[in-house]
Amino acid sequence: MSSGWQAFIALVKRDLLLAFRHRGELLNPLLFFMMVVTLFPLGVSPESSLLRTMAPGVIWIAALLAGLFSLESIFRSDFDDGALEQMVLSPHPLSLLVLAKVLAHWLVTGLPMLLMAPLLGMFLSLPAPGLVAMELTLLIGTPLLSLVGSIGVALTVGLRRGGVLLTLLVLPLYIPVLIFSTNAVSVAVAGLPIDGQVYFLLALLALAITLAPFATAAALRISLS
Amino acid sequence: MTEKVSLLHARDLSCYRGEVCLFENLGFELSAGEALQVEGANGAGKTSLLRIIAGMTPPDEGDVLWRGESIQDRRSDFNAQLAYLGHHLGLKHELTVEENLRASVVIQGAADSLGRLTDILRQVGLSERADLPVRVLSAGQKQRVALARMLLIGAVLWVLDEPFTALDAGGIGLISDLVGHHLDRGGLAVMTSHQAIPLGSRLRRLEL
Repeated sequence: MSSGWQAFIALVKRDLLLAFRHRGELLNPLLFFMMVVTLFPLGVSPESSLLRTMAPGVIWIAALLAGLFSLESIFRSDFDDGALEQMVLSPHPLSLLVLAKVLAHWLVTGLPMLLMAPLLGMFLSLPAPGLVAMELTLLIGTPLLSLVGSIGVALTVGLRRGGVLLTLLVLPLYIPVLIFSTNAVSVAVAGLPIDGQVYFLLALLALAITLAPFATAAALRISLS
Repeated sequence: MTEKVSLLHARDLSCYRGEVCLFENLGFELSAGEALQVEGANGAGKTSLLRIIAGMTPPDEGDVLWRGESIQDRRSDFNAQLAYLGHHLGLKHELTVEENLRASVVIQGAADSLGRLTDILRQVGLSERADLPVRVLSAGQKQRVALARMLLIGAVLWVLDEPFTALDAGGIGLISDLVGHHLDRGGLAVMTSHQAIPLGSRLRRLEL
């Protein structure tokens, strides 16, 4: 095994261990996600035909916002305690280490939402084809959001109050993902094929995996200099 | 006697913070077995200079050369021979001393040296503390953990920003010994400190 992959794995492991030691914070995005979705029937209407129409949008918006609020934690603590300086000074490509950090972040924020989504879909009486489409779009979409978001976090991590700026930077880039994903779920509920939307999301994901780590690495160097 | 070859060469470095010029046309050469102590008042730009030498901040003007090549062009090769100890130690407070060292040494590409972990922990006086989370250590002990990391990485060039902060007399002696030993083996060190470092003729001074 090359030492680059060893470093990749060591960093993912370290971040998962850190997340595990902070279990309380770990649950925050997931709780937010569940609360928003479960409050909708109470606040709007418990009528199942209405909920079924709203379900794709509600679940996706909740997932997107939960992801957005937890985004800053990708690099915040590493920036504050100097671990990021050590990463930048590693002989391994910074983009590889960035990818490890994003993967670890997705595993602790994106993956739990992915596992919880079918249950929430059933709460909103989403039929089975819709649930499948929901899972598929979340599986492609949430890593995509983490990757794109990491660029924004890297740019704003050096600012004391970067939170608002981060939202402004990242939200416009999230909108295409939201549109294609919710559209795919609605179309699947209507019994139509969703190949087009899925391929488009996959293309975006391929683009993000190949380009976002480089952009994030460059942005981190700027934030640290 | 063989002629000394300069490994680290700073050429015409300038650094500005907004309108203020911290230093201009600064240059030095350092060869194997030599240490450079950077001195200056608070805010004189010592940390900025060290960050430039470590390649974290690009200088506004000038170059830093390592073995004759600009460190910005050969970043990966240079980083493999560099150990940097800054104001922020880069330790994770929730992880134990050993977990911290294992993770960061592999990330720094020095996984082979993990076999020496126990020895090095003894050397810095932390063998009893290996399983404690870093959060419960004192500031001086945290500094010692960072020193252990530096020893494990096995770099040629040490860049140390105020390494004596928070250390007791024993710790100060420890760093002086470690740096002296490092120089004996042909290493280089650049450090800022307000304290005298007993390294004799191998120590050069730079006043900012």
